[in-house]
Amino acid sequence: MTVNGEEVTREIEGRLLLVHFLRDHLRLTGTHWGCDTSNCGTCVVWLDGEPVKSCTVLAAMAGGHEVRTVEGLEQNGELDPVQRGFVECHGLQCGFCTPGMMMTARALLDRNPDPSDTEIREAISGQICRCTGYATIVRSVRWAAAEEAGTRTSLETQATSGSAS
Amino acid sequence: MTAVSENGHRTAFVDNDKKPCGHGRMLRKEDPRFVRGKGRYVDDLDLPGMLHLAILRSPFAHARVLSVDTTLAEAHPKVRLVVTGAMLAEKGLAWMPTLSNDVQAVLATDKVRFQGQEVAFVVAEDRYAARDALELIDVEYEPLDPVIDVRTALSPDAPVIRDDLEGKADNHCFDWETGDEAETEAVFARADVVVTEDIVYPRVHPAPMETCGAVADFDQVDGRLTLWSTTQAPHAHRTLYAIVAGLPEHKIRVISPDIGGGFGNKVPIYPGYVCAIVGSLLTGKPVKWMEDRAENLISTGFARDYVMRGEIAATRDGRILAVRTQVLADHGAFNGTAAPVKYPAGFFGVFTGSYDIEAAHCKMTAVYTNKAPGGVAYACSFRITEAVYLIERIVDCLAYELAMDPVELRMKNFIRPEQFPFRTKTGWVYDSGNYAPTMELAKELAGYDALRAEQAEKRARGELMGIGVSFFTEAVGAGPRKDMDILGLGMADGCELRVHPTGKAVVRLSVQSQGQGHETTFAQIVAEELGIPPQDIDVVHGDTDQTPFGLGTYGSRSTPVSGAAAALVARKVRDKARLIASGMLEVSVADLEWEKGSFHVAGDPEASVTIQAIAMRAHGAGDLPEGVEGGLEAQICYNPENLTYPHGAYICVVDIDPGTAKVTVRRFVAVDDCGTRINPMIIEGQVHGGLTDGVGMALMEMISFDEDGNCLSGSLMDYLIPTSLEVPDWETGFTVTPSPHHPIGAKGVGESATVGSPPAIVNAVVDALKPYGIRHADMPLTPSRVWEAMQGRPTPPI
Repeated sequence: MTVNGEEVTREIEGRLLLVHFLRDHLRLTGTHWGCDTSNCGTCVVWLDGEPVKSCTVLAAMAGGHEVRTVEGLEQNGELDPVQRGFVECHGLQCGFCTPGMMMTARALLDRNPDPSDTEIREAISGQICRCTGYATIVRSVRWAAAEEAGTRTSLETQATSGSAS
Repeated sequence: MTAVSENGHRTAFVDNDKKPCGHGRMLRKEDPRFVRGKGRYVDDLDLPGMLHLAILRSPFAHARVLSVDTTLAEAHPKVRLVVTGAMLAEKGLAWMPTLSNDVQAVLATDKVRFQGQEVAFVVAEDRYAARDALELIDVEYEPLDPVIDVRTALSPDAPVIRDDLEGKADNHCFDWETGDEAETEAVFARADVVVTEDIVYPRVHPAPMETCGAVADFDQVDGRLTLWSTTQAPHAHRTLYAIVAGLPEHKIRVISPDIGGGFGNKVPIYPGYVCAIVGSLLTGKPVKWMEDRAENLISTGFARDYVMRGEIAATRDGRILAVRTQVLADHGAFNGTAAPVKYPAGFFGVFTGSYDIEAAHCKMTAVYTNKAPGGVAYACSFRITEAVYLIERIVDCLAYELAMDPVELRMKNFIRPEQFPFRTKTGWVYDSGNYAPTMELAKELAGYDALRAEQAEKRARGELMGIGVSFFTEAVGAGPRKDMDILGLGMADGCELRVHPTGKAVVRLSVQSQGQGHETTFAQIVAEELGIPPQDIDVVHGDTDQTPFGLGTYGSRSTPVSGAAAALVARKVRDKARLIASGMLEVSVADLEWEKGSFHVAGDPEASVTIQAIAMRAHGAGDLPEGVEGGLEAQICYNPENLTYPHGAYICVVDIDPGTAKVTVRRFVAVDDCGTRINPMIIEGQVHGGLTDGVGMALMEMISFDEDGNCLSGSLMDYLIPTSLEVPDWETGFTVTPSPHHPIGAKGVGESATVGSPPAIVNAVVDALKPYGIRHADMPLTPSRVWEAMQGRPTPPI
C-alpha cells in the first residue's frame, strides 16, 4: 500500500487491523485506538480518499490502496488549514480524538468547501470527543473553510493556474 | 467584579497572542504536536525488546476460583510468561492497598468479586499473541450468588463478598455522618412545608478516549524501575509502588506522558499497572499493558452510584430552613474510592449548596457489592456532583410543591456576598461568592422571561418544552494538609522555577495535565509574575525524576494548589531579582519599582534593568549584592489554607417529543465564576467539555447490571456518550469573584460544568413534564425512561 504517498511493503498476519499496522508496524502513532466496537473514530484515516475507521479495516484489505494519516496532513512543512483551525479555535484538549477529527474534517472540506454547522456536526458524528463538547471543533472546521475560501479567492484573481486546493 | 458574556462571537477578552505576557487568551503550546500526530501517549511508546501483556478477566460477578491451568498458554510459542494469583501470593503481591485504606486483589486468589476482575496475565511477543494465549488458560469457577442491588446488600441473608477481611460477616463498608441531627430534626418539625424525594445518581463511567495503560521497564543491573503510565498523580503513584512492590523509592521513576483524557479515571492504581511491573521484573524486558475499551468500562474506576433520600424543609413563602439526606453508597467489591483519608464520602458535605439555611444533616452508609471498585471519578470533585445534584434537584422539588419559580426560589435563599467567608452548617468555609449577579447574567443570556412565555404558549398547544435551572457552589483545590491527605501524603503541591542565563525559564510542576492546558496556563501564570513572555517559559510535568513532589491533577486542584505555587515561586524569584537589580542600578531595594518585566529606580524610569539582564547578571561575572547566591531559581511547596469555591448559574432548555419521549437539549447557558481567569479560551473549552458530560449523564450514560452481575455497559455500543449531534452550541458567560486566599485570586473550574449541568438538564426535563404531574424522574432520561415517566411510572435504576 502507499501511506502518505510512500510505498510500503510488509509481511503481515491476515487478521492484523489497519490501526495496529499503522501504529505498531509503521510507527505512525498519530492514529489512535479508543474502542473495540467501531464507535469512537479516534482511528479515522483515509483509504483511497475516503475516511474510514482503521480499527474496522484489515491491513491486508488496504493492500494496493492509498492510505493517508494525520502525519500526511502537513505539506512541505506547512500545516493544513484544518490543523491551523484546530489550534486557532481551541478545537482540541487532550488531543486524542484530534487526528481522526481532522482527517474527517479535511475530507468534508474537500467535498463541501462551505459546510453549515449542521453539516459539520453530521460529518463528525461518528467520532467521540470527551474534552471539547464539539462546539470549538465546529468552529475550527468553519475557520479552515473560511481560510481556504480566502486563499482560493486571492489565487483565482492572481493567476489561472487553478490548483489552489 | 465584572459581568461579561462570551456567547459565541461576542467574546471579549485580552488576546495574549498579541501581547507579550500575562493572563488572557493565548493559543496552546501543546497543540503543535497534537495536530501533527506527534503527541506521546503511553501506547505510542516502543522500547527495544518490549513485550505485551494481556489480562484474563472473570466472566462471573461472584465465584470461587477452584483452579487455574496455564499449561497450554505457557506452551504458546510467543508466550514468555503466565502469572496467576497464586504465583503473586507467593511474593506477597496478590493484594494491594487502595486509596481508601482497603485492599484490592491484583489477581484473584480465593474468589472473584466482580465481572471483569483480573484473574491471570500473559506476557507475549506481540499484543495479538498475548490475547490468543488468554484463550488457552483454563479456569475452573464455582459460581456464588452475587450482590448487585445496593438496597439489599445489607440484608442478613446477603452473601458476604469480602470474606478475605478477617471477621467480616456482612457487606457493610463504612458509615459517615455530618451536620447536626437533633438541630435539623427540630427545624424540620416546625417547617410549613417538607418535601421528600428519592433521588438516584446512577453509576456512570469517565470513559476517557484513551484507556488506561502502562509500560514497565525494570533495569536489572542498577535495580531501577521506569514506569510510563496513564496516571494523573505520578508522584503519589511512585510512593505507593515503593510501598506495594518494596522497591526503594529513589529507584522508581514514574513518567506520565501525554494523557488522552483522565476525568478521574486515571487517579487510582489499577492491577494492570502492577501486573506490568511484575511482568518486567520477571522477564527482564520492558512490558506494555494497554487495556481495551471493554476492560476500561467494566473494571476501572466508575463514578457516582449514590442512592439518596433528600428532604427539604421550608416556610410557605419559600424560605429554605433545612436539608437532610440519607445516602446508600455502592462502592463495588473493593473500596477503591480516591478521596482524602478523613473524607470517605469525599466532599459530599457541601450538599447545602449555595443557600443560607439553619440546619443540615447527612447520614451515609457505604456497602460492598459485586461490581468494579471506584466511586470518585468523572469530574466529581470528590462527590460534589452528587451533592449538587441532590440539593439542586430537591430545591426544584420544593419549587414544584410551592408552585414557585425555581430561579426566584434560589435567589431568595442565596448566601449573600457580605456573608463570605461563609461557614456552612456542615462546617465548610466558602471563600467568596456573589451569587445574584451570576444568576442574573444567566437569566439575561438565556432570555429567561421570554423562554417562560414561549413555554406557556407551547404548553397551551400541548408541546413539551422545559426550562431547567441549576445554581451550584463547588469546592475544589484539596487541600489544607492538616485535614487532607491521600494515604498519609499531605495534599500540598510543589513547584520549581529556574531562569536560565539568557532569560528563558523552566517551571516544573507536580500536577499532571490530561488535556487541561497546563503547559500553556502555567507559563502564563509565571509570565504574569515575572514579565517573561510565556513562549519563553517551558512547563515540565509528569516525570517524577524531573519535577517536585505533589499530589497530581484531579478535583480541579491544579489552579488552586499548583497555580498558587507557580505564582509564589515566581514571586520568590522576583524578590531575588530585586536584590540583584539593586546592585546593578546601585540603589537600595526600597528605591526600586517593578513594572512587568523590569525594575526601575523610583522616579527615574530610564534607570532600569530587565528580568533578562538580571538573569544574565545572576549567572555571570561581577559582584552580586552581599548574601546573594548566584543563579536565579526557587522552589516552593504550597499548602493551601482553604479550598476555593467557584460557582455557576446554568440554564437549560429542552424540547421533548410527546410521541417518542426523546429529549433534545435545544439551548444551554452556562455562567461560571472561577475568580481570576488565567486563559478564557481554555476555561471556555473546559466548560464545554463538562456540559457535554452533563448531557451524557442526564440523558444517556449508565453502567448497569443484570441480576447475575453481568455488566451490561461494557462497550460504546451500550455505554452511550454524546456525539456532536446530541449537544447544542454552548452559550457561556462569566462573572469574576476572586478567591481572597489564593495568590492570584484564581479558583479551579475544570469540573464545575460536569457538577452543575446534570441537575439543570434533569430539572428541564421534569419541568417539561409538569403537565403530567411528575416531580422527579431518575437519570439517565432516555426516551424509554421519559416515556415511562409520562405514563406515571418513573423507574428507579439499578
